[in-house]
Amino acid sequence: MPSAKPKVVRSSLTKAPTGIQGLDEVTGGGLPKGRVTLVCGSAGCGKSLFAMEFLVHGAVRYGEPGVCMDFEETEQKLAANVASLGFDLRALAKRKKLLVDFVAIERNQIAESGEYNLEGLFIRLAHAVKAIKAKRVVLDSIEALFSGLTDSTILRAELRRLFHWLEAHKLTAVVTGEAGEQTLTRHGLEEYIADCVISLDHRVTEQISTRRLRVVKYRGTSHGTDEYPFLIDHEGISVVPITSLALAHKSSVDRVSTGIPALDDMMEGKGFFRGSSVLVSGTAGTGKSSLAANFTRAACARGEKCIYFAFEESPSQIIRNMRSVGLNLEPWVKKGLLHIHAMRPTSIGLEAHLASVHKMIEKVRPSVVVIDPITNLVSVSGTYNVKSMLMRLVDFLKVEQITSVFTNLTFAGDPQERTAAAVSSLMDTWIVLRDSKPNGRPRRELYVLKSRGMAHSREPRELLVSSRGLELGNILRDHTVATAVAGQGTITADE
Amino acid sequence: MNKSSARKRRPAKTNRRDFYILRLYIAGQTPNSIAAIANLKKICEDKLQRKYRIEVIDLLKKPQLAKGDQIIAIPTLVRRLPPPVKKIIGNLSKTESVIVGLDLQPVR
Repeated sequence: MPSAKPKVVRSSLTKAPTGIQGLDEVTGGGLPKGRVTLVCGSAGCGKSLFAMEFLVHGAVRYGEPGVCMDFEETEQKLAANVASLGFDLRALAKRKKLLVDFVAIERNQIAESGEYNLEGLFIRLAHAVKAIKAKRVVLDSIEALFSGLTDSTILRAELRRLFHWLEAHKLTAVVTGEAGEQTLTRHGLEEYIADCVISLDHRVTEQISTRRLRVVKYRGTSHGTDEYPFLIDHEGISVVPITSLALAHKSSVDRVSTGIPALDDMMEGKGFFRGSSVLVSGTAGTGKSSLAANFTRAACARGEKCIYFAFEESPSQIIRNMRSVGLNLEPWVKKGLLHIHAMRPTSIGLEAHLASVHKMIEKVRPSVVVIDPITNLVSVSGTYNVKSMLMRLVDFLKVEQITSVFTNLTFAGDPQERTAAAVSSLMDTWIVLRDSKPNGRPRRELYVLKSRGMAHSREPRELLVSSRGLELGNILRDHTVATAVAGQGTITADE
Repeated sequence: MNKSSARKRRPAKTNRRDFYILRLYIAGQTPNSIAAIANLKKICEDKLQRKYRIEVIDLLKKPQLAKGDQIIAIPTLVRRLPPPVKKIIGNLSKTESVIVGLDLQPVR
């Protein structure tokens, strides 16, 4: 679990943790204990999975057995569905940790004659709860009752009674509901549920789908009202909390080497601040990836863990290319210190990228993260979206005290500052790389455009990339540097 | 009329398709449950004479039986025989809908 928790207001309300990664941070501990929570959304948004995770994690991690009254799937189908997540419902059922009761409502079989109530459902639920001493209950999706029974007056009265019953028995319950046209749920279940409502959403923009979660209401607790991106993968749901609300992360005075002694020298001889964010921008072929890889190698050599998120190349390609400039990354990969994680920017939405980056970081707990390059993410989404995603990511990394390097490809003819301007304000250090051809001899140049909180050299140097690795040459006195934006060198936002 | 029909149906008594097994699920002696039992008995007497059997199941005493017949509403009447299985929920006060729901052939 991440230490990066949003500010939580203390309340007397006790919570039942869901065990869903990220959600318990967003809600300050989980769902209201002994109350009913409505989880709503359109078909395929992940409601049932949400409910099952709540139940399984409750049974496995928190010692709270759970009952699932499933109105849609049979026990067998449900077990098969969640088996892919590594949940063994049958084993849990055998150990009396979990009980699934499939409730079939077949309208064409049922006729109505006179008054009735849903006591049968109550008896079944009570029987199941008693059988395994359940503390948690899932009703998925109780709206199926509306399609099976015609008397909605009776039904509504009975639903109200059912939710009261659940609370009276101190059961923490999750009720799912299909999204309606104008309302949160098709049959207005939200009217009966006062304590907690969570809405799930699944949008497709430009052929890329993004899942989002929003806590619509949570009585008695402060909660984030934002939409949080979430991911469904082979391990279930993970929600990305937005930790940037407070700007409260502490800033380190620790320094980490850039991997190039001469570059360290340009920054008080010590390199980057630990936990700071570094932007490396430059045109194609100026050595951005090499600089980033060099930094990870230095970190690995100190015994620190690194993740290299590659949006352009496969891990083996990166290893091969870096070997050609004298950087042998393979031993560190084999040692488990360097994780190269490659993915196509267009394969999933921006939010999903953020979620998966989060997840990897939670898993590996590195001290250095490289995103190479962020430019490709712009191809997925607009600059604004990328900025907001990076803001969340940078804040998360800072709270975790992870030093991050972002590379940014600028294009020839495009003022490099403009492309990077959108994100540069988030960055503590900005290193610019570029090509130049003085006297017809091509060379690479490097200069530190800004570096917050330290005195740094602003003079450009030649970047020498050879099979011996990366080195810096002498200060290039003969060249005028773009000085227009170079004045902000020592402004520190964190202090 | 009555006599002739009784004679006509006597050989049919051995025919299983004509014999009704009806199971009524209740939960305690609630007004609806009591009404359902009374209403069902009356309809059966009128329509089926002796060609039926009623089983009353009180789920308060045997909650584990609710799952088998997929009971959610109380009272629920289940026509076990003849097939197909049919269900009627309610206190059975609307005689016509019970007759239609159980598919009770009017005596000709």
